[in-house]
Amino acid sequence: MTANPGNTDINTLERTWSGIHGDEPFGKLDLRLTDTCLRDGSHHKRHQFTAQEVHDIVEALDTSGIPVIEVTHGDGLGGSSFNYGFSRTPEQELIRIAAETAKRARIAFLMLPGVGTKDDIRAAQDNGGQICRIATHCTEADVSIQHFGLARELGLETVGFLMMSHTQPPEVLAKQARTMVDAGCQCVYVVDSAGALIMEQTADRVSAVVAEIGDQADVGFHGHENLGLGVANTVIAARAGATQIDGSVRRFGAGAGNTPLEAFIGVCDKLGWTTGVDFLKIVDASEDVIKPAMPEECQLDRMTLMMGYAGVYSSFLKHAGNAADRYGVSGAQILLEAGNRKLIGGQEDQLIDIALMLKREADLEGREVGVSRAG
Amino acid sequence: MSKLTAAIVGPGNIGTDLMYKLLRSEVIEPRWMIGVDPASEGLRLAADRGLVSTHEGVDWLLKQDELPDLLFEATSAYVHKEYAPRYADAGIRAIDLTPAAVGPAVIPPVNGEEHVAAPNVNMITCGGQATIPMVAAVSRVTPVSYAEIVASVSSVSAGPGTRANIDEFTRTTAAGVETIGGAEKGKAIIILNPAEPPMIMRDTIFCAVDPDADTDAIAESVHEMERAVQEYVPGYRLLQEPQFDGPSDFTKGMRRVSVFVEVEGAGDYLPPYSGNLDIMTAAAARVGENIARSMATRSLA
Repeated sequence: MTANPGNTDINTLERTWSGIHGDEPFGKLDLRLTDTCLRDGSHHKRHQFTAQEVHDIVEALDTSGIPVIEVTHGDGLGGSSFNYGFSRTPEQELIRIAAETAKRARIAFLMLPGVGTKDDIRAAQDNGGQICRIATHCTEADVSIQHFGLARELGLETVGFLMMSHTQPPEVLAKQARTMVDAGCQCVYVVDSAGALIMEQTADRVSAVVAEIGDQADVGFHGHENLGLGVANTVIAARAGATQIDGSVRRFGAGAGNTPLEAFIGVCDKLGWTTGVDFLKIVDASEDVIKPAMPEECQLDRMTLMMGYAGVYSSFLKHAGNAADRYGVSGAQILLEAGNRKLIGGQEDQLIDIALMLKREADLEGREVGVSRAG
Repeated sequence: MSKLTAAIVGPGNIGTDLMYKLLRSEVIEPRWMIGVDPASEGLRLAADRGLVSTHEGVDWLLKQDELPDLLFEATSAYVHKEYAPRYADAGIRAIDLTPAAVGPAVIPPVNGEEHVAAPNVNMITCGGQATIPMVAAVSRVTPVSYAEIVASVSSVSAGPGTRANIDEFTRTTAAGVETIGGAEKGKAIIILNPAEPPMIMRDTIFCAVDPDADTDAIAESVHEMERAVQEYVPGYRLLQEPQFDGPSDFTKGMRRVSVFVEVEGAGDYLPPYSGNLDIMTAAAARVGENIARSMATRSLA
């Protein structure tokens, strides 16, 4: 990277989206945004989206100028299950509706190797999905090689997700990003699944990935709000060279939600970064279309703060809450123990095991207290 | 009774661990270790234990005057598919630890006796060996309309074969959940967790059953199955009592049975956390012994 001369405005981005990709149907974009409320928000919605909601949200986002809209079960293709929650409407149907509704935006879908399969990718493309986003834990990129190979063969645009990026140092992420790019990935995202990265930690990771793959592929950033740093982390990621940016309008995502995309768009306007999105329209969409589809606002509360604090995968939130209610134990304790056990995305089943362990401990303590009182 | 002779093809982690298990067998004598790399640690260890060890591959073995009764394939699906017909022609019974699925799949405590006469049997996947017994434990009590298994293994215990073709794992395991586990529909999920120190393999088995299914009978059957698997994998254990959850909007109206297990390996060659590999080698040894015993019975008759 070239060093910034002292008198250069820090708001001048060194890497821009169109800088690599030439003309875009959306005109020249400094940053290309992906809204993920119909995928990451699926966690918050407990995977209960209706066809009508997806239609309305895609229409509103598309009209506002959002260039990419991600639609899938929260845990990716094939995620509808006991472990992660069953989809109310089959995700392939939602992808089809989204693709039919969008006039300009491209429809992206997520898949996690080990959960979904290549057949799911083919089906998503048949239903109109154009961007295949493949997510692995940030040390396990090599499980995605066969899927990137297929996606490229099918002519899909490809994105790689290095989940739980806070758990690894920059150089490890860079190596994993290299594995994905060598397999055919066109953009690697640093994904802060736990909302645990803090400013410079984000910049260092994005910079390392840019240094490793920046001449061949894009770098992206996907943030969460569990420590309230979604927008701040995203701004610093863009300055470090991320040119594809994720967020969800109204934070509609797992945990305390994603980077609030409408806020980030406003910030970009202030900084002079072109996103192609109309700020007033996206703010209207947030109030008039997104809000009514949300079961409740995404909030910083005891549970979600605990996720950022303990570095826990954001989609554990609802499942930890369920297990806490079911067994009468503390949801916050479940999340802390999930952090202790170094659970990663996908291990929702282990939250039930943790709840049962906490219950056993509480029962035992109760008995001991009872005995000492009796004595 | 005289022991059946066996060759192990593939002196990697799995093949070497299997050798230690077969060396303890009362009915199988591991006599050959077949590899292709002269520098292989597994070949050296096998030679130390008195096995005929060669790096000249299966072609060498098939040229010998004396052939093994049993052959354990611990190479890759690609190799096994190519050689399986030649083993069969030579009258060698093959136990396949790759995902090639040339022969019928076997889970010892469920259908261990069914295919003792088959020329080739397949061990499915580690996740299948760890979870399908529990699906069967539920389905022998009450119909299971859907079963889903989640296998979490430590990253270091997932070999390059699994990593390069993780779809094969999920597909093969899901098929086994249906055909051997007895679920009408099956699904499999695998997670590779890089935590240090490495986590011991954990598996969760979810089954959808009728709302009025007999929960006591299901729990009893699950415990019985735990004991059956422990006969050949002592480190196989239930982490919790089976859990029963009523139908809800989030389970598509199904009643859910959840079974949580942990699989700690015997530590023969592979470290104990890699119970996923141990249960494969232990199950393969068990299947070999079943074949040996059935052949002995038949020759007596």
